[in-house]
Amino acid sequence: MSTIAFPTPDPGILARRDGIVAGLRAILPRDAVIDSEDERRAFETDALTAYRRMPLAVVLPSTTAEVSAVLAFLNREGVRIVPRGAGTSLAGGAIPQEDAVVVGLSKMNRILDVNLSDRTMRVEAGVTNLAITAAVAHEGFFYAPDPSSQLACTIAGNIAMNSGGAHCLKYGVTTNNILGVTLVLLDGTVVEIGGDALDAPGYDLLGLICGSEGQLGIVTEATVRILRQAEGARPVLFGFSTSEEAGAAVAAIIGAGIVPVAMEFMDKPAIEICEAFAKAGYPLDVEALLIIEVEGSDAEMDAALARIVEIARRHGVKTVKESKSAMETAAIWKGRKSAFGATGRIADYICMDGTIPTGQLPLVLRRIDEIVKGHGLRVANVFHAGDGNLHPLILYNCNDPNEAARAEEAGNDILKLCVEVGGCLTGEHGVGIEKRDLMRHQFNEDDLAQQMRVRAVFDPAWLMNPAKVFPLDGRVAA
Amino acid sequence: MTILHQPGTEAEAATIVADAAAARRPLLVQGNGTKAALGRPVQAEAILSARRLDGITLYEPSEMVIAARAGTPLAAIEAALAAHGQMLPFEPMDYRPLLGSQGEPTIGAVAACNLSGPRRIMAGAARDSLIGVRFVNGRGEAVKSGGRVMKNVTGLDLVKLMAGSFGTLGFLTEVTFKVLPRPETEATLVLLGLAEREAVAAMSAALGSPFEVSGAAHLPEGPEGPARTFIRIENFAASVDYRIGELRTIAGAARTETLEREASAGLWSSIRDARPLAAPTERAIWRIAVAPSRAADLVAGLRRRLALEALYDLGGSLVWLAVPPEDDAGAAAIRAAVRSARGHAMLVRAPEPVRAAIDVFDPQSPAVQAIQARIKAAHDPAGILSPGRMYAGM
Repeated sequence: MSTIAFPTPDPGILARRDGIVAGLRAILPRDAVIDSEDERRAFETDALTAYRRMPLAVVLPSTTAEVSAVLAFLNREGVRIVPRGAGTSLAGGAIPQEDAVVVGLSKMNRILDVNLSDRTMRVEAGVTNLAITAAVAHEGFFYAPDPSSQLACTIAGNIAMNSGGAHCLKYGVTTNNILGVTLVLLDGTVVEIGGDALDAPGYDLLGLICGSEGQLGIVTEATVRILRQAEGARPVLFGFSTSEEAGAAVAAIIGAGIVPVAMEFMDKPAIEICEAFAKAGYPLDVEALLIIEVEGSDAEMDAALARIVEIARRHGVKTVKESKSAMETAAIWKGRKSAFGATGRIADYICMDGTIPTGQLPLVLRRIDEIVKGHGLRVANVFHAGDGNLHPLILYNCNDPNEAARAEEAGNDILKLCVEVGGCLTGEHGVGIEKRDLMRHQFNEDDLAQQMRVRAVFDPAWLMNPAKVFPLDGRVAA
Repeated sequence: MTILHQPGTEAEAATIVADAAAARRPLLVQGNGTKAALGRPVQAEAILSARRLDGITLYEPSEMVIAARAGTPLAAIEAALAAHGQMLPFEPMDYRPLLGSQGEPTIGAVAACNLSGPRRIMAGAARDSLIGVRFVNGRGEAVKSGGRVMKNVTGLDLVKLMAGSFGTLGFLTEVTFKVLPRPETEATLVLLGLAEREAVAAMSAALGSPFEVSGAAHLPEGPEGPARTFIRIENFAASVDYRIGELRTIAGAARTETLEREASAGLWSSIRDARPLAAPTERAIWRIAVAPSRAADLVAGLRRRLALEALYDLGGSLVWLAVPPEDDAGAAAIRAAVRSARGHAMLVRAPEPVRAAIDVFDPQSPAVQAIQARIKAAHDPAGILSPGRMYAGM
């Protein structure tokens, strides 16, 4: 694939590479600067692997002070910067460019403080999402946002993309679960935003930083909210003959005043792919599957499930299968959370991330099918049914350039459809480079200019993650 | 004489703002003015009111989303939601009892003031449910951010900046919120006679339990009676009974009572609005956000220096203080204590000269203050939208 443009590398910066690397070496320990081509190669892409660019250099600082020194130096030198957590972005949010230095946070992975009585933790930003929960799971607590990549992805990346997950219907997304951050500004200034008390005075900078895709500064520490685990949790599989019935059941459940902790949808191709991988016991004779999870005591879960099953029956559910053990529960979630990985075993794919009003679901699923077939390709659909966040996986062969280009076109058409029906380009993966050139489908020039003016408050020269989020033309400096 | 602009459309509002920007004439941005006494007094000869921007523009109960023009009365929104068994999850407080104001609060102001309530810890504040805005910036341009779907990370989240900006970044014309089903019922466990430290420990234990406590508050002993600590559960009836029963174990030796349904709802609306502190009306009122574990020590320390009355709304992440209005209304002592407790203090009610003379919101570090000033300029380069409402010169 090659339809997404990268800016032409600045020859002046490329010519000064040795000096820039020497400057970085002067402010960082020996092993924190990576400049050999072999080692840099590990950083040339993220999870949008169709695109790759070799960065000028990579630095892996270990402290906020080091990050500050690096940014101050690169800002002085006018060198572009691409922040990186674990490099799991599906939108190309961490893909570098030839004239940029990657600032990776993987060494900053310590848990700094756990406060169970205030239900907060302070962590370094390179810690993985799952490591946060792992640090308090034995006390019965957890960190709520749970993107599928949670084993690898960092809280820094979660904050940059305002990541969601399967359980945000009840617990919200990253921005609802972060209380404070340490932010290093481009000039090296270190600022504290928020803290362990809510209601920080002034404009909501914390809310602005969440989802800012590494354009406003680098987050080096975060205070996160942790929650007490429910007494129990139980996912149930509901198989339907049509997607329409499954969609109507979701609407009726919400209409009945029930908000399950998760409601996940899979269509037949996705069911088959995930079942072959995870052996989760998904029914193979249905067209649509809902995984609905409820929480509480055993009696409470029984009561909630009785209500949900009753509603599902009214909407023609074919099979109902309740998890009977922790092992079955784990297998059910393993199947869903490995949907992307399992798909990757049978074909190359691009993963879309648009959100739609849930009432548009039947129309959108039908149109997605037409769009993808129209491009001569196949699609598997998994999505968060309660909130309308779709993840169509468009299957293609990456060794066939024509097919790759068609896959990208189909993806773009699907995202435009999401916007047309009242939704948006990205629900939780971020814009990155992938959706950058579609931004004008969702926003007009005044909308984008206002965002770019806010961006320019932090980075007037467009040095931070410069080729992401906003179309390359028509940029506003201040 | 004050000029009153009441645009009926976003386009009219944009023209009014563009003209004011060209003439560098400040506008006081308002809904119905019920919270006009919040923040610093604004010097403006003209008011830009949203009151004619009225009406719900979208309500899809099965998608849990509602949108309305900014001047729509909050009461109209709540009635429309209640008719479908839904609610605004963040339980926005009503400032009228504290501020002694009249009229109907608007939904736009709920967003602009980032209101919240005792369900804050569980459900967040207005910022957490606000998913879309339309506003006119200080250049007179209509701008959209966010949308009508609850998961949306497309572009910078200007929605969050608008929430709690008190009209200083833009004139909101339409707001979109995600909503939730109203719980079937509620009940409140009351623990009697706990000292403040014990009460905070009990509330923290309740909030850290698996029972989804949606309110935790404490009224210290006073002329009204013995100290009372309140723990709220909202859920299906069977769950409420079960969970209240389980929570009784954290009461220790304390005597307990249970408030059912209406009694519970009435109590929490009073706590939400800090009504126990509203009278006498001369007293200054502070709204303090602090981590629960430091709340009791903070209040105990201040009690040695000020004649104060406190209301703990820990589920709302707050401690409310009523203090004598004289001099700086306790600002020096409160700000110092709150700073060392790493919290924030907002002066909610005080005589106008006091509000003009001291910072209503906490002063910020110079680096953060500089960013805030530049964000203001990025929206409102002429500085005409409610200038000085939050900070002098901003």
